[in-house]
Amino acid sequence: MEKLTVKNINKAFGGKQVLEDVSVTLGAGEIVCLLGVSGVGKSTLFNVISGLMPPDGGTVLLDGEDITGKPGRISYMLQKDLLLPYRTIEDNIALPLVIKGMGKKEARKQAGGHFEAFGLAGTEKKYPSQLSGGMRQRAALLRTYLFSSGVALLDEPFSALDNLTKTAMHKWYLDVMEQIRLSTLYITHDIDEAIVLSDRIYLLTGAPGRITEEIVIKEPRRERADFSLTGEFLAYKKQILEKL
Amino acid sequence: MRKRLKNTTSKLPALLSCAALLGIWQLVTALGIVPRYMLPSPGAVASVFYKDFGLLAENAKVTLLEAFYGLLLGVLLGFVFAVLMDAFSWLYRAFYPLLVITQTIPTVAVAPLLVLWFGYEMTPKIILIIVVTFFPVTVGLLDGFKAVDPDSVNLLRAMGAGRLKIFRHIKFPSALTPFFSGLRIAAAYSVVGAVISEWLGGFGGLGVYMTRVKKAFAFDKMFAVIILISVISLLLMWLVGFLEKKSMPYKYLHEKE
Repeated sequence: MEKLTVKNINKAFGGKQVLEDVSVTLGAGEIVCLLGVSGVGKSTLFNVISGLMPPDGGTVLLDGEDITGKPGRISYMLQKDLLLPYRTIEDNIALPLVIKGMGKKEARKQAGGHFEAFGLAGTEKKYPSQLSGGMRQRAALLRTYLFSSGVALLDEPFSALDNLTKTAMHKWYLDVMEQIRLSTLYITHDIDEAIVLSDRIYLLTGAPGRITEEIVIKEPRRERADFSLTGEFLAYKKQILEKL
Repeated sequence: MRKRLKNTTSKLPALLSCAALLGIWQLVTALGIVPRYMLPSPGAVASVFYKDFGLLAENAKVTLLEAFYGLLLGVLLGFVFAVLMDAFSWLYRAFYPLLVITQTIPTVAVAPLLVLWFGYEMTPKIILIIVVTFFPVTVGLLDGFKAVDPDSVNLLRAMGAGRLKIFRHIKFPSALTPFFSGLRIAAAYSVVGAVISEWLGGFGGLGVYMTRVKKAFAFDKMFAVIILISVISLLLMWLVGFLEKKSMPYKYLHEKE
């Protein structure tokens, strides 16, 4: 069964249609990308899926359960890490657990168990301002993961990083995903990033925003390290550029 | 070690200017440019602290106690006002102008009225201090609450947090910096407010001491008490700064490393 099913979402702001009949599915452990130019309604779609914004029409199903317009079930992560500057990294990451009602100690303990896997060991007692941008995004992803009911929404998570850090983060990200098998719906406007990271890509074009194409990346994720230098990669890129 | 040295050198100009001022003061009195009875020498003022120590300490205790109660209640009231006005915008619209008006009324003008209403004991003094201290706290907190990053609030909402949790995890900690700026001003106001209300009627306190020595034309004692009041205000402001550092360790990280 699909982990997340988003069906026929419509959304308008002040009479202007932003999303039209958008349907997206996400299987368990899958990384799916929404690719589109800025202002096409990607972030609005995320607000709808996370329950922060009710859609005008359509439904959001998590494990078959209708969660349309109900926040608190699906977490998201933004380009801004949104780590609280006045909390240590471990408390920042434990925050979603504390909000769910877990005791502080227990939450810290549970969060602490993942630091190693996310490459964050040793940062527990530090404050966000003491970490680099890449490390902060790792922490933000771990926080998102701890909160998720198996599904995470990532809104351009790496777009604020410089190119070299970004490439390193892609590799790290695929490694981590291999371990935690988090089902991820992912927004980007970076075509290369989409091809390197995703199992499937939806092209979102507008306006209003509509899904116009679905592209499956057949190559397994573990072969993606040098993927961007291959002919297959360029074929995908060409296909996407023609459609956008 | 180097850090300490740097600290001392950065304070050097201030120390020098204070020393220079004292020197000029000493010179003016020694040369008799201003008559002794009008401007006592620094030495004469210092000797008052020695001779009148018991009396000064006793009165300072009264003033400090008033300032403490007034400030405590003022901060609590300011906090309650800020939280309520932030939670209900109609309360903000209804009462914020009123709060501003309370600050335009000169303290010296209300103090006698408070004495008439509440007598010569501590109550009117504490009320006056509350009136002058709650405002900077309320304004500081309100500014802090309003400046919260909406994305952070949305993230917590997505995590399922309600208003109370958003307040506890985002709004309150984000407002600490402006809160402490307001508190520092309030601390200074609290001492001044206490002294002013003591001038206008009371049985003890530095303000009462001041009116007494004024009537006796004891200029050396006037100077001593003025210096004492400003030292107390400085100490209170320093205490607020200390509390700020203790409650916001993340702001002073670079100083530790």
